[in-house]
Amino acid sequence: MRTSILAALWLVLRRDLLLAFRRPGHIVQPLAFFAVVAMLFPLGFTPELARLRDIAPGVLWVAALLSSLLALEFLFRDDAQDGTLEQFVLSGQSLTALLFARTLSHWLLTGLPLALMAPLLGVALGVPLAAMPGILGALALGTVSLSLIGAIGAGLTLGVRRGGVLLSLLTLPLAVPVLVFGARATELAIQGGAMAGPMYLLAALAVFGLTLAPLAAAAAVRIGLE
Amino acid sequence: MDWTWFHRLASPPYIYRLAATLTPWFAWPAGLLIAAGLYGGLVLAPPDYQQGDGFRIIYVHAPSAWLSLMIYSVMATAAAVGLIWRMKVAHAAAASCAGIGAWFTVVSLVTGMLWGKPMWGTYWVWDPRLTAQLILLFLYLGYMGLRSGIEDTARADRASAVLAIVGVVNIPIIRFSVEWWNSIHQAPSVMKMDRPSMPAEMLIPLLTMMVGFTLYFAAIMLVRLRAEILRRERSASWAREVVAS
Repeated sequence: MRTSILAALWLVLRRDLLLAFRRPGHIVQPLAFFAVVAMLFPLGFTPELARLRDIAPGVLWVAALLSSLLALEFLFRDDAQDGTLEQFVLSGQSLTALLFARTLSHWLLTGLPLALMAPLLGVALGVPLAAMPGILGALALGTVSLSLIGAIGAGLTLGVRRGGVLLSLLTLPLAVPVLVFGARATELAIQGGAMAGPMYLLAALAVFGLTLAPLAAAAAVRIGLE
Repeated sequence: MDWTWFHRLASPPYIYRLAATLTPWFAWPAGLLIAAGLYGGLVLAPPDYQQGDGFRIIYVHAPSAWLSLMIYSVMATAAAVGLIWRMKVAHAAAASCAGIGAWFTVVSLVTGMLWGKPMWGTYWVWDPRLTAQLILLFLYLGYMGLRSGIEDTARADRASAVLAIVGVVNIPIIRFSVEWWNSIHQAPSVMKMDRPSMPAEMLIPLLTMMVGFTLYFAAIMLVRLRAEILRRERSASWAREVVAS
């Protein structure tokens, strides 16, 4: 009997989470990178919290963007090397659905921790405490889109040797809307304004990505594995 | 319905010969229209009451900007055709579009900057259209990078086709987000250009240049397509005969 699609999704998700918790480095390293990049700005710009607060949205989002880019290394590379991805293709299940689960687990392991850690970095950048829930929400929503865009890019560069630089060239331009809306939402959160507008736009991007990106990622992975 | 015409389009030697026949039909009108448009735009059209002669760069800038976007959609369409019907010639067409599109994007950026110096007092302003053009350039560079990053031609074709389709879906979203971003962070020094209706003696040369540039693109693309087909079919006997003769 064939496994039902929901059961397959759950199996992929569980496997990814188990593997990640046995190798916690994959979760911790992007977070450390996120913190290091955010730390470079006070060192390179100014230690005055009042001035740092003005650039805090940009710093947080650019650091999050770079960190999620780095984490894409872990999305498909190991699975492609040990043949897991080929088994996905051969399993008879919808590759789109399996990659959807794979991307979801990737977000749980990289995007969500980034969002949870952002308030900590916010404090270091002079962001008032009242803004923290807003920042957390914006990053949690925005990183969904980043993981989905990243899945397409990572799938496309499967066949490229040392494709790290190319991967960033492919994904960063596509991530511009996430950066724009996310940074604006964060800015409004810091100023204490109503952040509903950019949050809706971030949510729209996430829904759009959830609908279409797994299809493109599945096409990309199929081509990459040929 | 007879589909042989469609199947013939998938044959590289047929397309090679067709492209060779069609090239002059695009190249000559393109040359004439661009010459006429330049004369009309640089000599006949009156200077702008606000910008003086500085506005005349629009006769190169606007057609380049139009082509930079149009070529990306042509490229994505060709890529989709190649992906859906597994048509190698369509992939070759998409490959020959990328370089031209990237160059037109560069031309539109450079002419925009040259226009900006006298008008804005600086070469670069984070104007939404300039910014969107810059992102478009990165999309082109990513596409060409992916193509050259994968050694196997068939795989490079299909991977870059997926990227082109993802890109064409995203371009409107990126443009919207950049416009939205600019409407919030409006720099006060930026001159706001509402579009007054253009008088005919300015508009007609502009339209002439647009059509001329588009035909020029078609001609150049056909030449590059022939080169691309020859490169891909270099081991086929018909291609050897073409090169030998």
